[in-house]
Amino acid sequence: MIQKFSIYRYNPDVDAKPYMKDYELDVPEGSDMMVLDALILLKEEDATLSFRRSCREGVCGSDGLNINGKNGLACITPLSDVKAKVIVLRPLPGLPVVRDLVIDLTQFYTQYEKIKPYLINDGKEQPSREHLQSIEEREKLDGLYECILCACCSTACPSFWWNPDKFIGPAGLLHAYRFLVDSRDTATDERLDDLQDAYSVFRCHGIMNCVDVCPKGLNPTKAIGSIKSMLLQRAV
Amino acid sequence: MVTNVATLGRSGVHDFILIRASAIVLAFYSIFMMGFFITTPEVSFEIWHGLFSNLAMQIFTILAVVAVLFHAWIGIWQVLTDYVKNSQLRGLLQFLFTITLFVYVTAVLLTVWGV
Repeated sequence: MIQKFSIYRYNPDVDAKPYMKDYELDVPEGSDMMVLDALILLKEEDATLSFRRSCREGVCGSDGLNINGKNGLACITPLSDVKAKVIVLRPLPGLPVVRDLVIDLTQFYTQYEKIKPYLINDGKEQPSREHLQSIEEREKLDGLYECILCACCSTACPSFWWNPDKFIGPAGLLHAYRFLVDSRDTATDERLDDLQDAYSVFRCHGIMNCVDVCPKGLNPTKAIGSIKSMLLQRAV
Repeated sequence: MVTNVATLGRSGVHDFILIRASAIVLAFYSIFMMGFFITTPEVSFEIWHGLFSNLAMQIFTILAVVAVLFHAWIGIWQVLTDYVKNSQLRGLLQFLFTITLFVYVTAVLLTVWGV
């Protein structure tokens, strides 16, 4: 079976503007492969095609792409799931394109950095050996720590498209909540102080694009709602 | 934290509370007015005048238009900061919308005052 692809191409050194290039790949009848495998085979035919990939098993988060209009990881998206005569591959939307399917994630990481993605402990109640967590305390981190920062969610979010310099975005906020609910972290108030402005959290209007596209099945909207609740409980 | 904001509330939390509190007032006002129109077969001038002569209704109406002011001020600011990237144009539009909202409030105040 011949599978057709239409892939976004842009090399700023050569091209005046981006364009879509058509490719065809022979996929043996009755077999299947991941979108990333198809891209690797296409790159053998056209070595100029650029994309990021590393672990090729949905752990590193390098190969986030817009696949037929929906963000996802190429390495864990089978061609059979896309179910299209022509598979359209574009870079994740909203961020500058470095080349072809490779985007510049600086703004995404800048927002991530803002939420101080590490445990902060004032050391006032220092345990003799290590900070222990109860099973219940540890369970609060489930659904949060699994995020691999692939940027599929933040680049699917219109609020992040319009304000990538001010709105933290769903990925950053999921991580922010992961540290806010961690029993070992003592900087809850400082973290909330940094989030109470009109942009950082409150630009989320709960349209749930992030939940729809998350390749790990996480729920950033729920985490953002929990942050808003924490801010409100503190304010009223 | 982002500090350069020109919205109504003092912070995002304040905006969040104001926009929801005003929405509650507007929801009650809308339900009340719908109920009035449904239960009043013919709305004559006398009935309409009688409704707005009631002090509670006058307060309720002023409360509703102030809720419109708060709700729209914050909402318009959010929409404009999303879609209008030129700060001069955004400032001008915000000014025009806010002036219009104050015109609404003044018009309602004077109208209710005159009943």
